[in-house]
Amino acid sequence: MDYKAFRQEIRAWLEANCPVSMRTPAKQEEQVWGGRHIKFPSADAKLWFERCVDKGYCVPDWPVEYGGAGFDAEQTRIFKSEMRKLGCRPPQVNLGIWMAGPAILEFGTEEQKREHLPKIARGEIRWCQGYSEPGAGSDLAGLQTRAVEDGDDFIINGSKIWTSYADESDWIYCLVRTNPDAPKRDGITFLLFDMASPGVEAKPIELITGERHFCQTFFDNVRVPKKNALGKINEGWTVAKRVLEFERNMMSDLGNETGSNVEPREAAAHYLGKDSAGRISDPVLRDAIARHDVQKLAFDVTQQRMIDEFTNGAGNMNTALIFKYCGTEEEKRKYELLLKIMGEQGLGWRDHSHFSEVELNTTLEWMGAKTHTIAGGTSEIQLNIIAKRALGLPGVLS
Amino acid sequence: MALAFNEEQRSLKDTARDFAQSQSPIEAFRSLRDSKPADGFSADVWNAMIELGWSGMIYPESCGGFDFGCMGLAGCFEEFGRSLVASPLLSSVVLAGSTVLFAGSEEQKTTLLPQVVSGEKRLALAVDEGFHHDPSGIACAAIAEGSTFILNGSKTRVIDGTGADLFVVAARTAGQPGEQQGISLFLLDASTPGVRIYPVSLVDSRSYVHLVLENACIPASRLLGELHNGFAALDKALDRGRACLAAEMFGGMQEIFERTVQYLKERKQFGVLIGTFQALQHRAAHMYTEIEMCKSILMLALDALEKDAANAPQLISAAKAKISDTYELVSNEATQMHGGIGVTDELDIGLFLKRARVSAALLGSARFHYNRFATLEGY
Repeated sequence: MDYKAFRQEIRAWLEANCPVSMRTPAKQEEQVWGGRHIKFPSADAKLWFERCVDKGYCVPDWPVEYGGAGFDAEQTRIFKSEMRKLGCRPPQVNLGIWMAGPAILEFGTEEQKREHLPKIARGEIRWCQGYSEPGAGSDLAGLQTRAVEDGDDFIINGSKIWTSYADESDWIYCLVRTNPDAPKRDGITFLLFDMASPGVEAKPIELITGERHFCQTFFDNVRVPKKNALGKINEGWTVAKRVLEFERNMMSDLGNETGSNVEPREAAAHYLGKDSAGRISDPVLRDAIARHDVQKLAFDVTQQRMIDEFTNGAGNMNTALIFKYCGTEEEKRKYELLLKIMGEQGLGWRDHSHFSEVELNTTLEWMGAKTHTIAGGTSEIQLNIIAKRALGLPGVLS
Repeated sequence: MALAFNEEQRSLKDTARDFAQSQSPIEAFRSLRDSKPADGFSADVWNAMIELGWSGMIYPESCGGFDFGCMGLAGCFEEFGRSLVASPLLSSVVLAGSTVLFAGSEEQKTTLLPQVVSGEKRLALAVDEGFHHDPSGIACAAIAEGSTFILNGSKTRVIDGTGADLFVVAARTAGQPGEQQGISLFLLDASTPGVRIYPVSLVDSRSYVHLVLENACIPASRLLGELHNGFAALDKALDRGRACLAAEMFGGMQEIFERTVQYLKERKQFGVLIGTFQALQHRAAHMYTEIEMCKSILMLALDALEKDAANAPQLISAAKAKISDTYELVSNEATQMHGGIGVTDELDIGLFLKRARVSAALLGSARFHYNRFATLEGY
């Protein structure tokens, strides 16, 4: 494979096909979520989406027969880096792309792959995740939503919580208890089903940010064919853990991928000013900014360090265990720092006459960052995992 | 970027580990501390280190070295840090020798550096004058007088100054303390009249001296590099030293972290291993993440240093700052988690705790380096 030529080819295609208006970071309302009720914020967004779907670029590393572009790992890396260089927006965001799809690719039957993957790649179905329950948060394996066998079907009763966008999603991948008598991890099944099934109801929950995309989802005698289980019945925990890894990897990148992208050092120049020597005039915050920058620098190169270590034959997978914890905790500290730098200008609430768009967004990101150290396994759960797997400490709760 | 040691560097690092464990384990440092040799290190160990080539790694062949690079040497420092190996590798070879390399004339380099590499001559770098590292704050005066310079002033905490043959002295020939311009570098013979050497005891039991210079007369031929323009070479040499010291600290923090995790798996209270307590599990896991971050920033700094990248100075500051802070965290937690035994002299943790604080202060504290990082980054 001539990767140099490949890079040229990708660059040329992006230059020619990505509309200029799609080369800036997308605000939340500008993201294109796939699904039966797909909406486009602009004609360019639709064009960009359609061009990418044609080439399989919504899921570049998936096999061509399932709607991907069939890229190998290096090609995918090049593709993403060229996308970043040009600032191209993702053509489609979807839990199907990040989580359901990769899980189906790894655990699905041929029939399941053919049924679900092309629809994700083409943005026809939007997925949501049914994991947490009101009584099963950090202790996820303690989940109680029941699936009782009835002929070729399961009958599902129970409730899920923090199901993002459940009210706008078409399908759900959902953890259900199929054997209440087995040890808690051995009685769970990973089920895929249509949110339009009778008996499914999603109710949005308002968060401190004012957003309403988290839902509580209720299942009242929902009938799901048994063949919709991904992986074996009662062995869903294996699939669930793998999906959590996908989720954590994705979340450890949140500090880079989303947000107002305001850098503390730049904000400081504006909100605090500089002294005659060009230094940020508040020495305490200047020190805090340097600490943030150094921590971020260290975090940002850790992935590359791991790759280099493996290339040189001395890698350690345990390093990967730190990403979710370090990435989301650092993001949280970054926004606390930004608020200190912005002073009262960082505390506006929906007041567009006194606060800029960027300021209001930064304030919302500050609140939003609180969810990231909770969702996908809290920081405390991440520390449990590190204590157990990297340090081999005894008696870790899990 | 190469953020991992290559095979050659790794094999050298393994040699350093074997050497440290067999020739200079912590017990050796302990007996050194108790027997208090004047120079602060074992001549036998140092000679063996020279024999194994560590003193020549960062010098070109023309200077008696074999040009292996700072990254490889830093890997060895990491291993030496694990068993608190005391030697003049940092003071004579990395700090003072590099100052000669970056500032000296061809003749000065090719005459003196081979002697440093062979151990025939031992150098020490005299920079700081106050309570804190401050290489631009130099006040010690050098005044030209005929074909000589007359030095007056004092220098604090010169590393391994006892028994050094020559001091590389940074002195002010123009400008005011605080200015980088006006600093010049000199080679000062330790036996020069007017040079008084006072040993200073620090908690880490290594060798330090205060120097008092009273009309010490240096021939003009002993000026290193250009008059008034010594700062750049000095700072570059200091950066090599900061990177190697950071690597040593990184080795020390890993050693006590591993010992602490091991202790959590052995010590029982309330009838169970204390490692089963979540209060301790989470603190240990948090330390693990911080140590991983230290490794990333250290490798980034070493890579930049090796390539002589334009941003190497700020990355080295980033590494020294982050590692100093983390070593403080890890050494405090190691002491605390060992409980009562943690504050006894019998346990080795205390030796690392003391070295952690001295090495954090030497060549710039976390505060110094976060400030330097911000300045170099333009804010």
